[in-house]
Amino acid sequence: MARLIVYYAHPGHKYSHVNRFMAREAAAIDGISYVDMYRDYPRFDIDADVEQQRLLEHDVVVFQFPMFWYSTPSIIKEWQDLVLEHGFAYGAGGDELDGKRLQLAVTAAGPEEAYTPAGYQHFPIRTFLTPLEQTARLCRMHFSAPYVLYSALQAPGKGLVEPHVDGYRRLLEAIRDDRYDFNSADGHDVVGFGDLPIKAEV
Amino acid sequence: MDGFLLLAFLFLVAGIIAVPIASRVGLGSVLGYLIAGIAISPLLKQLHVDVISIQHFAEFGVVMMLFLVGLELEPRLLWSMRNRLLGLGGLQVTVTAAALMAIAMLFGQPWSVALAIGLVFSLSSTAIVLQTLNEKGLMQCDGGQSSFSVLLFQDIAVIPMLAFIPFLALPELSELAASAHEAVAGDEGHASMSIVESLGGWQRALVTIGAIALVVVGGNYMTRPIFRYIAIARLRELFTAFALLLIIGIALLMIVVGLSPALGTFLAGVVLANSEYRHELESNVDPFKGLLLGVFFITVGASIKFDLLFADFGTIIAMTAGVMGLKAFVLYALSRIFDISGSDRWLFTLGLAQAGEFGFVLLTFTVASSVISAALAEQLLLVVALSMLLTPVLFIAYDKLIAPRFAKTKTEEADEIDETGSVIIAGHGRFGGIVNRILLSAGFKTVVLDYQSEHLEMLRTFGVKVFFGDAMRPDLLHAAGIENAKMLVIAIDEKESATELVRYVAQNYPHVYIVARAIDRHHVYELWSAGCRDIIRETFDSAIRAGRSALEALGVHPYDAERQTRGYVANDRRHMYELAAVYDPDIPAHENAEYVEKTKAFVGTYEQAMQGNSAAFGSRLDRGWVPPTVEDVEAESDADERHGDDKSIDAH
Repeated sequence: MARLIVYYAHPGHKYSHVNRFMAREAAAIDGISYVDMYRDYPRFDIDADVEQQRLLEHDVVVFQFPMFWYSTPSIIKEWQDLVLEHGFAYGAGGDELDGKRLQLAVTAAGPEEAYTPAGYQHFPIRTFLTPLEQTARLCRMHFSAPYVLYSALQAPGKGLVEPHVDGYRRLLEAIRDDRYDFNSADGHDVVGFGDLPIKAEV
Repeated sequence: MDGFLLLAFLFLVAGIIAVPIASRVGLGSVLGYLIAGIAISPLLKQLHVDVISIQHFAEFGVVMMLFLVGLELEPRLLWSMRNRLLGLGGLQVTVTAAALMAIAMLFGQPWSVALAIGLVFSLSSTAIVLQTLNEKGLMQCDGGQSSFSVLLFQDIAVIPMLAFIPFLALPELSELAASAHEAVAGDEGHASMSIVESLGGWQRALVTIGAIALVVVGGNYMTRPIFRYIAIARLRELFTAFALLLIIGIALLMIVVGLSPALGTFLAGVVLANSEYRHELESNVDPFKGLLLGVFFITVGASIKFDLLFADFGTIIAMTAGVMGLKAFVLYALSRIFDISGSDRWLFTLGLAQAGEFGFVLLTFTVASSVISAALAEQLLLVVALSMLLTPVLFIAYDKLIAPRFAKTKTEEADEIDETGSVIIAGHGRFGGIVNRILLSAGFKTVVLDYQSEHLEMLRTFGVKVFFGDAMRPDLLHAAGIENAKMLVIAIDEKESATELVRYVAQNYPHVYIVARAIDRHHVYELWSAGCRDIIRETFDSAIRAGRSALEALGVHPYDAERQTRGYVANDRRHMYELAAVYDPDIPAHENAEYVEKTKAFVGTYEQAMQGNSAAFGSRLDRGWVPPTVEDVEAESDADERHGDDKSIDAH
């Protein structure tokens, strides 16, 4: 059993098309921890001690959020600034997160083909996520292939919300039960609900 | 009665005319009073006024001044001054006295007379020097502190000198002694009332220690209950009366046991320096001190006998110059030994070079004790007075010639003195108390004023520095340091008083930033029109938080509740500004057409909001998170435009 914590960040929770259903699903899974960041910190006064303790108590950290302007919602940045302290997460003596995993679950409005050199977003989505990837590396954490949904605004109309939410549940449960094949996932840039490398029951 | 009124009128007129002129041309108030005294001296002579007895009465101003100096000086500070007090003060008195005695003997005076002269001239003028240092703001610098140490030692040294002088009596003068002694005993209090003369050595010591203990213990434990008792009457003048009673009582006690009244009140001041009543006492005693010192300086001016001066002009001037030169030389030498440097050394040297008011006392006493002949004493009195007259001139020389040369070192010290630039908090209740704690925890200096004494004692036990007093009193604000304050926080309960205070401070001390607590919406407008621009409604923030809590408890996501209430606050603030602009304190709100018009419009938007029409103020905040519609997104991707700069990159 891997100890898993899900950090959910969405400032416009009530307008969400996909993320709020994902969050509801994550909150309902047994044996994992779930944090709604905007609920815990509506005034952004993030408690670094509490958060560091949370990190120490878990092996896999999941950040679930919609992409806003090629980045995270602002509270995740605030969280990084305050929680990932020198001497705790990085730098001299900062090896508390050594060997833990960082898993992202992001939704993007643009279609998959937009995230190509020819598309209007020009760069692949992994490029926009490199700050988080390097953050994990500096903290000696493994950065796994993010779980991504493209064209998220059109997802309800195309019936994609349900499979994506279900995939999310399967992903979290597999990580919890050590059935998720991180090595195989690392062979991809991103993973979607259709190609989750989940092993059969151990 | 008529005579008294006439005299008072004369003194007041002279002071009021001369002092502003003297201050204007940069001579300082002391010289102004002295000149006023010289100017009215012919008139006083015509009226057969006993200037000397008025002078003795006015000397009480010095006692009050030392009380005030004590109030500014915490015991800890006094203790840290002990080396300077005893070393510097002791050496100054003994070396100066010895040197002057030697010179007097060179001029053919017998040793006993020479010693008496030495003692008389070793003393400096506490009144002039402290007054001038305070006026120029030099009390806190090294030179000022050293000067104060010496002056305090001198004030203490007067007492043993008075005891010692009779032993120097000359046989040929002693036949005059019996009658003269009686005459002096009448107006020279130090010797006449003493009860200790008849006691033996150890008894005397016991009484002395007992009296000092009484001042220290009484000051610590008795003033508080007495103040509380007085507060029952709620009469301002009773506080003044008690302040005067306190000083006069201590002075009397000291005289009775044969100690210096100045020393006694100074001690009492030090004891009360940490008390919450400090600023109250200060503001009550200050005017009396000022007036008495003014009268004292006038009498010094008036007592200069110019006929005597011109009769023997060369000798008197030479003696004055000699005495001041010698005193300055000794002071300069001591300043080197005690490491007083830069402009401070010159302040110390020039500031204390005069003879002082205790010189008058001692001279009168030496004549009465048949130590010095009356004729010589007359000349010496003139020298004392002239040296006092010249002191302000020396201070001017210091200001104009010496201080500018050391101006650079002075600016470096500015930070240190800056600490008076603090925050005054009026009212330390549930509101001001929190403000105070926040400011203190951020390292700011605060002066807290409150006038509910039960309240104060409770706070004092928790170590909060608060002072008794009504912030509405200009003199108390002054004592609390409003001139140097950066900010005034008004946290008093009374609506009208708060508005009044804002108006007064905004007009008289425009440099002071005011944060005011408003009781309600209309109070906000009143404070605004009185000149305050930082107004906090006392219940507004807690009501907002209560609203937010309610939303959260009703199941609204905490971040949405936060944004909803923020929206309310922003909207409300906008309305307040607009309404404040049209509010007129002289017209009742409901008769102010423009005000009514605007209020109606705002009530309209509130109602819309209450009916769930979020267009009122919710939308302004939510718009950031409302995603584009599916149609918008499709239109964009169909066109396959290269735009990465709108909200469609959000995914929801």
